[in-house]
Amino acid sequence: MSPHRLMPPYNRLMTEYNLDGAFDEMFMESGEPRAHYSELLKAFLAMPGEEREARKHSADVSFLTEGITFTVYGRDEGTEKIFPYDLLPRIITNTEWQRIEEGLQQRITALNLFLRDVYHEGKILQDGIVPREIVYTCRHFRREMRGLQVPRNIYIAVTGSDLLRLESGEFVVLEDNLRVPSGVSYMLTNRRALKRTLPNLFRKYRVRPIDHYAQALLSTLRSLAPDGRPEPTIVVLTPGPYNSAYFEHTYLARQMGIELVEGRDLLVHNNLVYMRTTDGLRRVDVIYRRVDDDFSDPLAFRADSTLGVAGLLNAYRAGNVSIANAFGTGLADDKALYAYVPAIIRYYLGEDPLLNNVETYLLTDDRQRAHVLANLEKMVVKPVGESGGYGMLVGPQSTAEQRAQFREAIEASPRNFIAQPTLTFSRAPCLFEERIEPRHVDLRPYILYGDQIQIVPGGLTRVALQKGSLVVNSSQGGGSKDTWVLDG
Amino acid sequence: MLSRVADSMYWIGRYLERAENTLRILDVNMNLMLEGSSTGSETRWRRVLRAFSAPAGVDERDSDLTIESLTFDLNNRASIASCVAAARENARQVRDEISSEQWQKLNSLYHRLSGMQTKQQRPMLSDAMQTILDGIYLFQGVTDTTMTHGEGWQFIRTGRFMERAVQTATLLELYYHELYLQRDLLQESAQYLEWVGLLRSCGAFECYCTTYTADLTPERILEFLLLNRKFPHSLWYSVNAIVEALAGIENDSRRTRADELSRRAGRLRAMLSFAQIGEIIEQDAGVYLRQILNQCRMIQELTYRLYISYSIDTTLTM
Repeated sequence: MSPHRLMPPYNRLMTEYNLDGAFDEMFMESGEPRAHYSELLKAFLAMPGEEREARKHSADVSFLTEGITFTVYGRDEGTEKIFPYDLLPRIITNTEWQRIEEGLQQRITALNLFLRDVYHEGKILQDGIVPREIVYTCRHFRREMRGLQVPRNIYIAVTGSDLLRLESGEFVVLEDNLRVPSGVSYMLTNRRALKRTLPNLFRKYRVRPIDHYAQALLSTLRSLAPDGRPEPTIVVLTPGPYNSAYFEHTYLARQMGIELVEGRDLLVHNNLVYMRTTDGLRRVDVIYRRVDDDFSDPLAFRADSTLGVAGLLNAYRAGNVSIANAFGTGLADDKALYAYVPAIIRYYLGEDPLLNNVETYLLTDDRQRAHVLANLEKMVVKPVGESGGYGMLVGPQSTAEQRAQFREAIEASPRNFIAQPTLTFSRAPCLFEERIEPRHVDLRPYILYGDQIQIVPGGLTRVALQKGSLVVNSSQGGGSKDTWVLDG
Repeated sequence: MLSRVADSMYWIGRYLERAENTLRILDVNMNLMLEGSSTGSETRWRRVLRAFSAPAGVDERDSDLTIESLTFDLNNRASIASCVAAARENARQVRDEISSEQWQKLNSLYHRLSGMQTKQQRPMLSDAMQTILDGIYLFQGVTDTTMTHGEGWQFIRTGRFMERAVQTATLLELYYHELYLQRDLLQESAQYLEWVGLLRSCGAFECYCTTYTADLTPERILEFLLLNRKFPHSLWYSVNAIVEALAGIENDSRRTRADELSRRAGRLRAMLSFAQIGEIIEQDAGVYLRQILNQCRMIQELTYRLYISYSIDTTLTM
């Protein structure tokens, strides 16, 4: 690890750019730009301040007109605001991408096989690879899914895995999002905005396209349609306008040209699912479900849910409707199970994982727990069933009081937490008003699993916009940037 | 179109029209308060409250309270603020099915009204009311210019003209009973003011004068508000707009047969098309107006039964 070291002062823009031990996406340790970033850097350094402003403004307008906004309801004018984004793209070479792509294909294939196995024969449990307690104590394990035949045996049609890049430059998987991953609309709209804003750079770089995502999603959903439904009706099921991802739901429905429905638009009769239209009831064949398991069917899951469709699980069980993702997939992105994913890959595929995990301590194990509790200030502790960065303890930034609280909580229910060493993950250049500064980034590629596994090249690069922050979640003040995967 | 969406569209139309009508009626009666007349202001406010089917508990003897309750009081479901809030809530549910301009205009109208919640923040009442009215007109304008004139637009229109027809008929019925039938008991000048009040409540004074000159007779006023085919707030015009909007909806749907609904709507229009004011008054206009109100209710019910809240059994057997 090299100490803080000033970059050669390219010009006023870069005076605040330091390299600190973290992998820098743009600069090598020597302070030279990486080959695939040099054009981008040159272009921005050469750009007069007013032009930068103008381009930033044009991107803002593009976001507004695309409707990638959230409405500030409390505001006087009731105006809409755009989500934070950064104008400098994150660039991934083709070689790097191939590795990621193969690694994710392998990982998702194995996780899907795992779900299929656990909800049927349970061989991996009999063979003692994954302990039964981990599965049966998981909050997202759905007993209702036992023995249920899901279309094409695909449980996880749409997923998004979060990758980090360590000091060595290696990509590792931080977590898998196998329930209802969101953010893909930002991936798509970032690209559109940037194409309009920096057309010349696009011409210089050969960036692999991602615009076909909506089409690929639609064909993935179609491939899961029940047999005998050659022209399936496909819908997006949303919890409604109060959900924070509602914009994405409407965006995807519009991009795919299919209906956006709420639970109250659907009904189940004789195990068939219908939607209520002004033209009478219309049968629904495939549901892209953006409602959590718990709220999807008040008969099967939480009875107090008003967002779901009574009888949905039975219709699913009868094979009359396909639901993506299946219920109970959260089992495989449980943070305690995460520690077993490398073993799961070896078990089902007989291969070594191409993408490594982050080192993870299971707190149910006495020795590991003792180690974690002794070193809490160096650890990141996460509750196993949460996502979105909620309820985490970030050791180095925590107070003694917070650590004491977590210590107590961990000792009370060790199964509910895991711990990981605090990671120094990579930083990428971000454009602020008058300068370029590095910020920590992660990468969430979106994986579609239908007839085949498809990953549109790139994904959503999330940025921790606060200086020094390691938290990239949009719910916690993160932003995003366009991600370019280069061709050849 | 999803039934839920159609439902929301219909109520966006109805609630905003209701807000507009309330606004106009309040404005007229506030003006009349300034004129000395033998119809006591209590009687008049009672009539106003009945026109809005206002909840019990509003004291018509206190005109300030009544006005407050009908404008900014969110606890009164019939107040202008409540109507605008309800319209916006419906629009929010179908945010993606209406144009951005529609959403922006309605949302900013809502926020302007929210900003008037306390008396300190409020401009002069007449200015406040003008602001709100402009906001509603703006929404109606962008609805016609920025939204596809498809099913959704037709549902908004159906709601809007249904509300207008019901409001006009209700007002006419009240005036018929309280003014026309009791015309012998009132001074002529007082009567004059009240009839002008009715015309203004329907935004009809100027149009009436162009048609009949300023010579106000109750029969002509009733004829104008009931049967005129060019004036957009007359009953005939409103019912005709409903018939057309419903026909538009029927054309858009592939399966639904709206025989009964279009028969009812057509018959209501015919009831107005082939009527004569002399006959109506001779045979009791009160009864006639109540029939119209019943028919309107029936048409709304059939619209819902056909497109929105139909029973599952009827459509599964289709």
